[in-house]
This record gives sequence, C-alpha cells and structure tokens, in this order.
Amino acid sequence: MARNGVVSMHWRSEKIDGFDLSPPDDEQVHVLAVDDSLVDRKVIERLLKISCCKVTAVDSGIRALQFLGLDEEKSSSVGFDDLKVDLIITDYCMPGMTGYELLKKIKESSTFREIPVVIMSSENVMARIDRCLEEGAEDFIVKPVKLSDVKRLRDYMTAREFRVKNQQIGNNNNIKNNNKRRLRETCDLSSSPLSMLFSSSSPSPSLSPSSLSSPSSPSPCLSPLPSPPILSYSAPCSPTSLDSPTRRLKMSSSD
Amino acid sequence: MKGFLDGQFTQLQLLQDESNPDFVVEVVSLFFEDSERLLNDLTRALDQQIVDFKRVDAHVHQLKGSSSSIGAQRVKNACIAFRNFCEEQNSEACLKCLQQVRQEYCLVKNKLETLIRLEQQIVAAGGSIPIEELSFQGYQVKL
Repeated sequence: MARNGVVSMHWRSEKIDGFDLSPPDDEQVHVLAVDDSLVDRKVIERLLKISCCKVTAVDSGIRALQFLGLDEEKSSSVGFDDLKVDLIITDYCMPGMTGYELLKKIKESSTFREIPVVIMSSENVMARIDRCLEEGAEDFIVKPVKLSDVKRLRDYMTAREFRVKNQQIGNNNNIKNNNKRRLRETCDLSSSPLSMLFSSSSPSPSLSPSSLSSPSSPSPCLSPLPSPPILSYSAPCSPTSLDSPTRRLKMSSSD
Repeated sequence: MKGFLDGQFTQLQLLQDESNPDFVVEVVSLFFEDSERLLNDLTRALDQQIVDFKRVDAHVHQLKGSSSSIGAQRVKNACIAFRNFCEEQNSEACLKCLQQVRQEYCLVKNKLETLIRLEQQIVAAGGSIPIEELSFQGYQVKL
C-alpha cells in the first residue's frame, strides 16, 4: 500500500467515501456482460449495477462483437472512446459462439485485447479453466455468480485503474522507490492483508483472494489471479526481490 | 424436508432494495417462463421417433443453469441426474427424469409463489422484510 503523500491521499479519500465511490459517469466501470440465459443476464446485470458498474448485457457472442464493432470488419459507428468497455464478462457455454471463442476473438483484436475478459461457467472443469486462462482470460468464475465474485472483480478493476493512474504519475523516482520499499515489505506477507486493503469497507468476512470464490467449488486457479495485478500495481516485486540469489549474496557479504 | 431453495436465493434477496423493490419477483418470473418453455421443449424432444439426445441435453443444461442461479437446488439436482441419462442415451430413464424435474419444478414454484405473496403482504401492511427471517434457513413453509 503506497504511503506516498500524493498517491495515498487520493486513495484514502476514496476509501473514506466507502465502497460506493459514486464516480462521475465517465469514470464508472463499464462492463459488457454476455450470457444466453435470460435469468442469468438479469442476475449478473443486477450484481454489477449494485457494485457500481455500468452494464451492457447481450445474449450472444455475436452481439457482443457487434457491440464492440468487431463483427465482419464493419467499423462501428460509435467510436471506441465512446464505448469504453472496461471489462467483459461472458458465459462459457453458449449456442453459436462459445465464451471461449469470444475470448479468442477479443484477444486477437489489437483494439480490444487489453480489455480484461472474465469467463463464467457452471462446470468447474480444470481443463476448461486452464484453456481459458491460457487464452488470456483474466479470471474464471464458477456459477452461480455471487456478490462476493463481483466484488472481487470490482476490487481488481479499481486496483487496475489505480495502477494505470500511478504509472502515469510514476515518472517521479521518489514515488517508485517508496512503493518498492513498501511493496517489498508487503510481499513478505500473505496475500490476504493486501486484499484487505481493497475490501476493508466490505462486510464480507472472507478477504483473501482464494476464499472470495464460491465455497462450494474451490477452483484453485482463482487464487493466483488477483495477486499479480494487485502486487504489481506500483512496482514489480520479482526483479529486485529479496529472493533473488544475487541479491541474497550481496546482502550476506555486506553483513 | 430438504431445502428447496439454497443460499443462492438469499443472494438474490440481497440484491433487492428500495431502488429495485421487485427484483426477486422479476427474476423468479423469468425463471418460471424459462422453465416452462424448456419443459415443453423437453417433452417434445423426448416424444420424437428418434430422440436427439444432444438437443435434450442442451435443454436440460439450460434448465440446470437457471435453477442454479435462482437457488432451486432440487430442480438443479434433478437436472444433473437427467443429464447423466442423456449421455447414456437412455430414453426410458430420460422420461422418468423429466417427470422428476417437472415435479420438483412444481414444488419450488409453489414455495416461491407463497414466499412472494407473503412478502407482499408484509410490505402492504407497512412492514419490512428482514432477510434473515426469510432466508431458506429461517423460513418454514407449511404445506
């Protein structure tokens, strides 16, 4: 957690307002939800809205591509800037184009490949999960989707936005060094205190990334996922980490 | 009497508030429409001379999904059993499963309608509905 003056004040003031950040419209997270089930679409839409996201819900991969302007090389009349989709959440099993195929199409697009894609599925199949992650999916949620799942996504999006803003400020070496120092300290802790920082206003008792997933289906793959983005939000931990053998040697020789 | 509605139903109740006072009713109505359509499709599909089990399975998968999303766990479990017999391409067993699923659906439909009616009565009388009271653990539906 950055303790640097400029950056942390911004963060702290947002946390004081509580989880409901009430951002201006253009700063709201815009989620494109894709699911062929009417019931699921209704539920995911409400889950996202109650978590302060703007939602566009469509019933197929084709429609999702149309919305993004990616279909049949027809350029959308709406400019990409206006669309500003921040996250795509899609069901895996859909008639026509599956969520996996949609994921591939999005990752193949130079315009949209940066948008995080989350897959939802009622089947907790490791092979399926692995395949989606390999193709670039950000996360995999086992249905039925709960508030805690969406909360986790929301926290990830907030951290991601924060990281982007921080990188923009981050030409200042001072900030970088402070963050590295703080991050090295926090790197030694388990991941749960870190996620506590993001979800401190939440009433949910389960705070570590892995336990935020559905209790009935502990998908092991979910635990590593939130950590990399959160850990790397200020400075990469690994290159200069204390675990580096070179570093360890240097340190011991200086003792 | 094993639970007709699991924790997922409570999740839906949590999504209802003053800005969305009819959320549960709306989702439940969608579930009813969806399920009835699927049950009809299933009846038709199993009635064919040559049963297309892939198609039957696809319908059951959909029904399993929506019942899971709403917390109708007995319907969901009946669908899971149904899918196993689709895989085996066993018509007889599938027909029995369809019967079972339909039965479970009718039961949960009754429960949900009763629950909703009760909620509406409470609200109409000027009360409010504490979630703990009406969660599947706390609320007993007397047949």
